Amino acid sequence: MSRFPLALRQLLTLAALFGVSASIWAAGADLGQAEKQPTNWTAIGMFGVFVLFTFGVTKWAAAKTKSAADFYTGGGGITGFQNGLAIAGDYMSAASFLGISAAVMVGGFDGLIFSIGFLVGWPVVTFLLAERLRNLGKFTFADVVAFRFAQTPVRIFAASGTLVVVAFYLIAQMVGAGQLIKLLFGLEYWIAVVLVGALMMVYVLFGGMTATTWVQIIKAVLLLGGASFMALMVLSSFGFSPEAMFAKAVEVKTGIAAAAGKAPAEAAAQGFSIMGPGGFIKDPISAISFGMALMFGTAGLPHILMRFFTVPNAKEARKSVLWATTWIGYFYLLTFIIGFGAISFVLTNPQFLDAKGGLLGGGNMAAIHLANAVGGNVFLGFISAVAFATILAVVAGLTLAGAAAVSHDIYGVVIKGGKADSAAELKVSRLTTIALGIIAVLLGIAFEKQNIAFMVSLAFAIAASANFPVLLMSVLWKDCTTRGAVIGGFLGLISSVALTVVSPSVWEVTLGNPKGSALFPYQSPALFSMTLAFVGIWLFSILDKSARAKVDRAGFLAQQVRSETGIGASGASGH
Amino acid sequence: MQDDLTARVVRDPRYQELKAKRTRFGMWLTLAMMVVYYGFILLVAFNKPFLATRLGAGVMTYAIPIGFGVIVFTVVITAIYVRRANSEYDSLAEQISKAVLK
Repeated sequence: MSRFPLALRQLLTLAALFGVSASIWAAGADLGQAEKQPTNWTAIGMFGVFVLFTFGVTKWAAAKTKSAADFYTGGGGITGFQNGLAIAGDYMSAASFLGISAAVMVGGFDGLIFSIGFLVGWPVVTFLLAERLRNLGKFTFADVVAFRFAQTPVRIFAASGTLVVVAFYLIAQMVGAGQLIKLLFGLEYWIAVVLVGALMMVYVLFGGMTATTWVQIIKAVLLLGGASFMALMVLSSFGFSPEAMFAKAVEVKTGIAAAAGKAPAEAAAQGFSIMGPGGFIKDPISAISFGMALMFGTAGLPHILMRFFTVPNAKEARKSVLWATTWIGYFYLLTFIIGFGAISFVLTNPQFLDAKGGLLGGGNMAAIHLANAVGGNVFLGFISAVAFATILAVVAGLTLAGAAAVSHDIYGVVIKGGKADSAAELKVSRLTTIALGIIAVLLGIAFEKQNIAFMVSLAFAIAASANFPVLLMSVLWKDCTTRGAVIGGFLGLISSVALTVVSPSVWEVTLGNPKGSALFPYQSPALFSMTLAFVGIWLFSILDKSARAKVDRAGFLAQQVRSETGIGASGASGH
Repeated sequence: MQDDLTARVVRDPRYQELKAKRTRFGMWLTLAMMVVYYGFILLVAFNKPFLATRLGAGVMTYAIPIGFGVIVFTVVITAIYVRRANSEYDSLAEQISKAVLK
């Protein structure tokens, strides 16, 4: 499979115009290129146990998945606490676990700045959207946007927004899975990609949302447990004194700088630099723009939004975000401690270093080597298995969101006019799942050699620029019309992708154009593409004098009443 | 029938109270979160030396507690909203629902 037909590979690669990126913004979420390691049977064994156990869960879930509603929302029987863990699981990807702890190991405080950006979107989701989503929607976020608008154009927009975000996110996860399995299990790249595709299809096809949610919960518990143990071991070795932990890390970094030939004063300054901000944020516009992509992108990710329909009411929806925020915040504190632990225990141990002083297996191995240092080979196997399970669970969630957009929004509403029967819709969603699984595997193989660092950031930027503005304006602004929402949404979608292509990290680094020739000088498009989307929605709504606009505006009051009070809200399961 | 239900809810003074209160509270909290986060980002962009100032004799700097503080603030502000919404706002919504659906 790694000798996948070259022409097709080039075509896929060229078509998407993506490749190497030097984006510092994405540094923390990148798994990069990895070197194949010796086969690790402990890790493979533990992963095997995880797979067997989750197959058991899938079998149980399959018995409960009879209708399209069960498939999309797991029958609405998920509690706020469970859903909170599942949302946290969707968010704590392998890239954030390995990438952020590695970023902390390299840059110290800079790694924390990066993780904070991923967290701060959650309160905004809670205050502005969570309960309204639950009260208005049924299966997908398009249900919410299309509540009072003309169905066909809005559904087509929402499905496009969903599929584009899902595609970029999927590529990042599939390539990450392949690189990770080379590192952790010592197996071939293509085996990992095919394995992820196949296992994910089993979960989603048979167990739908119920299985996807429980796989995510199990993985979240394992990941939080494993990371807690590592952080605890690091802290305990410093007598639970953060000062001692930081002091040792500064000492190690100073020693490394001195060994590289720096004068003592310069080495000390370099060692101490991990305690404050470094080169992570250069110009304020990039900083704000990137911050906006992370903050509002969270509120536009289709696989996250879909989770709000799995709980029975607004109260549980709010509880889910609170639990999710708590777990994610806790997780980022852990990765910070793990990163500092890696400075003291990994960078000082020749067992984990290559001849040039770099980490064996590549920069993202910080947390993995630390697992070995604090818990031995068995714990190393455990963390490796959890890291791989993480990717699997996230990919399943993404695929489910993509399948729902095709079967519910496109097939169910646009093609069948909302009259599709449940069995037919279920069949379409399963066929879509298979198609998405195959596409994900092909894309994973096509992008093997590419640096996909910017793709998660790009997915966030698109979600923030297309899905979020349309969702927010349709829910909160009474004069918003179908035409405004669709035109503004597509403006955000197209501009966020286009500006990324002409930004330095893609235009110069990927496409090989001369330095300084990029038309768009900033690292993230969100500040501009989000503004364009909001202005577009506003302008085309107020200029809209069509008959449809009257219907759209007249529908606002009923929509608002339902979104505020929950009166008439559909049960999550639709029965 | 549906229009009638909407009209009855809108006429209920408790609905107006719910809507006004929640919108105001949500906006203030959103603003607070934005000020804290973008304040933090701008501090990082414009005043790196301040963040890298040592707190005492050790290596601990202002940056670490401030960074942790932003994370804790994010969780706490979410908890404040959820607590109030799940008691006060939900009970108002329930009263309205009972009154119009009886």
